[in-house]
Amino acid sequence: MKAFTYKSAASEADAVAALGPGAVALAGGTSLLNLMKERVIEPSVVVNLKSVAGLDKIEAAGDGWKIGAGVTIAALLENPQVVKGYPALAEALETVGTPQIRNMATLGGNLCAKTPCLYFSHDGFACLKRGNGNSCPAKDGDNEFSAIFGTVMPCVSVHASSASPALIALGARLRVAGSGGARELPVEEFFVLSKDDPARENVLKQGEIVTHVILGKPAGKSATYVALHKASHDWPTALASAALDMGEGDLVRTARICLGGVAPIPWRVQAAEAALAGKKVTPETASAAADAAMAGAAPLSQNAYKVKVAHTALKRAVLLAARGSWK
Amino acid sequence: MKKEKQPARRPSAKAPKGVSRRGFFQAMGLAGAAATTLAQGGCGSSGGGVDPALQQGVGPDAIDVALKVNGRDVKVKVEPRVTLLDALRDHLKLGSTEPVDLTGSKRVCDRGSCGACTMIVDGRTVYSCTVLAVEAQGRQIRTVEGLSEGGKLHPVQEEFVACDGLMCGFCTPGFVMSAVSCLERTPGATADQIRKCLDGNICRCGTQPRALEAVVKAGARMKGRR
Repeated sequence: MKAFTYKSAASEADAVAALGPGAVALAGGTSLLNLMKERVIEPSVVVNLKSVAGLDKIEAAGDGWKIGAGVTIAALLENPQVVKGYPALAEALETVGTPQIRNMATLGGNLCAKTPCLYFSHDGFACLKRGNGNSCPAKDGDNEFSAIFGTVMPCVSVHASSASPALIALGARLRVAGSGGARELPVEEFFVLSKDDPARENVLKQGEIVTHVILGKPAGKSATYVALHKASHDWPTALASAALDMGEGDLVRTARICLGGVAPIPWRVQAAEAALAGKKVTPETASAAADAAMAGAAPLSQNAYKVKVAHTALKRAVLLAARGSWK
Repeated sequence: MKKEKQPARRPSAKAPKGVSRRGFFQAMGLAGAAATTLAQGGCGSSGGGVDPALQQGVGPDAIDVALKVNGRDVKVKVEPRVTLLDALRDHLKLGSTEPVDLTGSKRVCDRGSCGACTMIVDGRTVYSCTVLAVEAQGRQIRTVEGLSEGGKLHPVQEEFVACDGLMCGFCTPGFVMSAVSCLERTPGATADQIRKCLDGNICRCGTQPRALEAVVKAGARMKGRR
């Protein structure tokens, strides 16, 4: 990897000040260092965020929780409040990487990680997203693991984050700090389909960092179903997170459903949510919701199978959420 | 990785050590003082104040990095881009007063995937190829060399020998570290729990069943000892 200047930020303000042009933020490093070794990213300054005071805390906030962006995946999975209160999040995190990766990788890093697309993340390919090519090689190349939604976009990579669909289903918010102070936004507004700038997948500007994830009231009736290509060491083929707000008579008042691994950003499927509203959750209604979600799919030459996988993941996530129990 | 300015490969003087099974276990047995403390903080936890020099910025040229490895304080002079793995394998001798060659952890994929470089940092297994040496300052680092005490192998190491839990042996140090961490964190771990702990380590020879058997047996022994 290219040589760089290393800075350890002591505070948010410190981190924001250090993240000037050519600088990148380092959290768990499990994605960033690989991309630097492959020379996909060649920063002149690396700013360590793990040293920022307070970013590794899980704190009670109102009737929910405020989770520092530097909290590791392993620490979240060992926190009974998170595991019991937000099954969708815990189930999404359980399959992230390997034990070592879960010990290193952070929640903030998961949200901000670059795509695992093999064209993007390896040296030797001309790639629009990477900025060394003017088209997306996956469109007409090996796209077995690429997007099935939003494929009219210039880049058909899938978003890396397993946690984000769950956070979107749970209606979580993010706190972002920058030179102009801090702001909060819903997780789903964090991700952007940047048609003009395929290099980015979220709203973070240079010098901005995610500092916290804010979860509202625990949502026991939530679940994530992860369809894995391999038992470990891999990104999901597709995953679905669902959170159900149940009304009287076991009818769904509102549902929030989001897919992962199927689009350049976490893909909320409002058609599926609408299909479930006012219904009892049964295998039939869950399947109908999945049908509604998949109506918008536009797979590529090699990944039509992912439509079926995502359909099944969505259906199972809804059924698991309705059951409302962790394991 | 590209050629320029890469850390020098192992000096030829090290070659005779080789990676034969016997030499490998001898190397494991010759380790120095074992770490006796097991910090419970997560890898992401910050250890209080930040060194003003690091806050200001260091590098890209080589800097002094102080590490605590297997209970011993060592110094290396490395660029900030050098990983913990490479620092301990290739640079340790240069900066420390006493030569301590920690080549037990292996550099295989160098992409945080295979597990051969697994070390225990602040009580948690990590891929040391994906941790910068400069980030590891102030942390308790344990490598496979620190497991034996007074020349006696750790029960996990002994059971790997007894169960023939390896073929080429290159993945073994990583497996051993994952297993040790697993049994320390979960005394009496079941075979299923152990299998999950070893998820982040790959054996391309295909000796996983024997490795699992070794760790299950070591777990039973360690539990009996408590």
